[in-house]
Amino acid sequence: MADLISLTINGRTVRAPAGTTILNAAHSAGVEIPTLCYHPNLTANGICRLCVVEVVGARNLQPACVVPVAQGMVVNTETERVLTARRVILELLASTVDLSEAPEILAYMKRIGAQEGRFEGGVRREFPVAVDNPFYIRDYSKCVMCWRCIQVCAGDVQNTYALTWGGRGIHSHVATAYGVPMPQTTCVFCGNCVGVCPTGALKGRTEYELTIED
Amino acid sequence: MQAESIIRSTCPFCGVGCRVDLHVRGGRIFRADAPFDVAPNYGRLCVKGRFGWDFVGHPTRLAYPLVRRTLQTPGHRTPASGPEDWRQVSWDEALATVADRLLSLADRFGADSITANACAKATNEDNYLLQKYIRGVIGTNNVDHCARLCHAGSVAGLQLALGSSAMSNSIAEMSDLECFMVTGSNTTETHPVISTFLKQAVERKGARLIVADPRQTEMTQFAALWLRHRPGTDTALFNAMANVIVSEGLANQAFIAARTEGYHAYVADLAGKTPEWAEQITGVPAADIRAAARMYAGAKAAAIYWGMGISQSTHGSDNTLTLTNLALLCGHVGRPGTGLNPLRGQNNVQGCSDSGGSPGVYTAYQPLTDPAVRAKFEAAWGATLPDKPGLTTTEFVDGVFTGRVKGWYLMGENPLMSEPHQAHAREAVEQLEFLVSQDIFFNETNIYADVILPAASFAEQEGTFTNTDRRVQRVAVAVPPPGEARPDWQILTDLAHVTLKKMGRPEAAASWSYTSASDVWEEMRRLTPDFWGIDYERLAREHGVHWPCPAPDHPGTPYLFEQEFPRGRGKFWPVAWKTDSELPDDEYPFVLSTGRVLYHWHGGTMTRVSSLDAIWPECTVELHPKDAERLAVASGDWVEVSSRRGSITARALVTGRSPRGLVFVPFHFAEAAANVLTDVRLDARAKIPDYKVCAVRLSRAEPPQDRPGADVPLIGRGAIKDPVGQ
Repeated sequence: MADLISLTINGRTVRAPAGTTILNAAHSAGVEIPTLCYHPNLTANGICRLCVVEVVGARNLQPACVVPVAQGMVVNTETERVLTARRVILELLASTVDLSEAPEILAYMKRIGAQEGRFEGGVRREFPVAVDNPFYIRDYSKCVMCWRCIQVCAGDVQNTYALTWGGRGIHSHVATAYGVPMPQTTCVFCGNCVGVCPTGALKGRTEYELTIED
Repeated sequence: MQAESIIRSTCPFCGVGCRVDLHVRGGRIFRADAPFDVAPNYGRLCVKGRFGWDFVGHPTRLAYPLVRRTLQTPGHRTPASGPEDWRQVSWDEALATVADRLLSLADRFGADSITANACAKATNEDNYLLQKYIRGVIGTNNVDHCARLCHAGSVAGLQLALGSSAMSNSIAEMSDLECFMVTGSNTTETHPVISTFLKQAVERKGARLIVADPRQTEMTQFAALWLRHRPGTDTALFNAMANVIVSEGLANQAFIAARTEGYHAYVADLAGKTPEWAEQITGVPAADIRAAARMYAGAKAAAIYWGMGISQSTHGSDNTLTLTNLALLCGHVGRPGTGLNPLRGQNNVQGCSDSGGSPGVYTAYQPLTDPAVRAKFEAAWGATLPDKPGLTTTEFVDGVFTGRVKGWYLMGENPLMSEPHQAHAREAVEQLEFLVSQDIFFNETNIYADVILPAASFAEQEGTFTNTDRRVQRVAVAVPPPGEARPDWQILTDLAHVTLKKMGRPEAAASWSYTSASDVWEEMRRLTPDFWGIDYERLAREHGVHWPCPAPDHPGTPYLFEQEFPRGRGKFWPVAWKTDSELPDDEYPFVLSTGRVLYHWHGGTMTRVSSLDAIWPECTVELHPKDAERLAVASGDWVEVSSRRGSITARALVTGRSPRGLVFVPFHFAEAAANVLTDVRLDARAKIPDYKVCAVRLSRAEPPQDRPGADVPLIGRGAIKDPVGQ
């Protein structure tokens, strides 16, 4: 049994084994911290920063999914500073990405008073839907670049490495190497990427066709 | 997209037994996901599990009972050419016809003239009732299933050495392995989700992997050591590893003394089977054999995983024995991270055997030759049961030619795609007096049938599957079956009632009063001490339980043989180097190995009507670049592959994946069926055919005129490509 560490989350004393992340320690104590890129089965990367929390004494907000607990740490998960950061993250996301098939994100935005249209009018991330194989489509206009699909395809699950990043800056997106169609890559069409996609950017052909019909 | 319902079930393809959530809307499945927190797959699926369920709603599903319009007679049985050859009938008429015909055969030729194939795709409950019907109503033990064609070699070997034949350790242990050997298993294509855990053991935990395989499978990319032995030389390779372990003092003497027998005779036999001797036979450098032996024996825990490459051989049971010898020498069995693990093929091939779908045993391998066991089943079934083990499925075919077998009950099996030497098997089918098929699609065999009984698919019925690590898991109703199709257990229950009434045995009908699949399981577990602790409620709560599970509060058994082996001590078996395979010669200079590709399932009945077919739409003949050069053949050119049994035409896929002199042909494609070529030679103990070695010749051929897609270049055919380069 690992050593138990004592910390404070939202004013309550919480104990957790050394090495536990703030996210998991909070979850065990019944405190839910919102996440977007984080997935319990995958390596946490702290990409989206939706899970940021305030750690007393730390200069910056800390991503709860990757920061381990420390003895005596004082964590506040819903301060105004935290909520402001989360609102801005989601408002920026909503201004560039189609979140229409991410109901959990939309619900959370509503809960914390984030406005979808706050940064409207800038460049939107728009890509044609890639329909290049019999099994799934890739609609990167809906992609929040959480990295989950790339991770499952790589060392977190499949060790297939069919997916990578393409482009730079606002144009960066998940891609195949050299942008070739999926059947020409190492893809084995396991669809484990589809299984972890949080926004409907990846979905099966059958589901996609039904969505269009609706 | 919002689902109207999400049904937790179990994947119907391979033996990994992945849990799936079927998303349903408007009576149709539109998505399959895997629960992230549930064994054995923890959110992972492969292409077949995630996307291959579309066969369920395919318009060609069998939906109504059918009877052939023209009476079929032995020797003149013909394949139906289309729907017009069938008459749609009521269930009453169909079942009465089946009962009448079977009883007539039993009357004229004896009950042993009837044979039945249980189904490794159907549920435990379905298979239990099939063997109960064949044994308890018809009165013969001639029931067997496709395990005979896949792991019979493993089963026979493991029975001799240990007295048990299941995979000894669990999938859950795989990601923490220290050292393991994979042999005769193209794991990434045949057990894709298991392969993800094995690959992670290497990549994340630093496990050392030894691959012994003639083909450059994807697993070789993760191997510390790849032993590329010549096809069929497995026993020489593993004997030489054992020789090194003994001669270098690496054997686990404490384990040998405590848990094994036959060691001294075995060691005496190993003398002379040196790595240098094996190098001559296998082509594997002696130094590599030594390194592999040291790696395996030197690990604190090491596991062996194998597949069809070991089992499907004229010496499949010998191959298995050389592997069990290795594990016994090193004590690598009976602990986590060790074990002897035949990776079972079908979703429920373990369960089909467990449910009594074999000629010599009832549920959980209770032998029917044991009078006490037989008496227990006789009392429960209200029947006098035959005491002689029945025929194996490979003997069904020969039994037709000797006049012993007259009728065949096919539950979900397609022998004209799966049996070796297709022409021979077809001739047998043509000779049958009566053929009935209970299936979800027309296939290459049941177009010869007299009666078709349309069955429900996995997504349309309740029941249980048992996966490769003996984990019993439930399947559930997600969508309604097409037309009048019904779950197999219901069909068999009604057929039993009809048959028993005609036989004038109404008292036996009392033991056929099932109203649900759960009723069937309840009877199974009452008669099977190893299953007693498992019921449907527990399965719903715990998601799955590994049998043996003798009591409701027993946790189940993820790994076997901790204290002892079922036969007591593990037995060493000296194995001589020999082969009865058909070896290449001047006339037929290539070795043919058959097997699978990731995107298809076996005879193709389910996957060739699925979106899966689009990604690998045709048969390919895998050929080494040097051989291709000599034949002046390039990838995409058409070749004729011929053996002494027949010929097929398909496109060449030139790749260094197969060694020189070997061609590999997948057996999914009816228009170029690999089993046209294969031979009927069997392992003497296991009766398993030699699907991995037979002799063929190759020549360039013209594109077949009637083959769809023949005019499209191979590169334009889905994802067909050379996986390894030259």
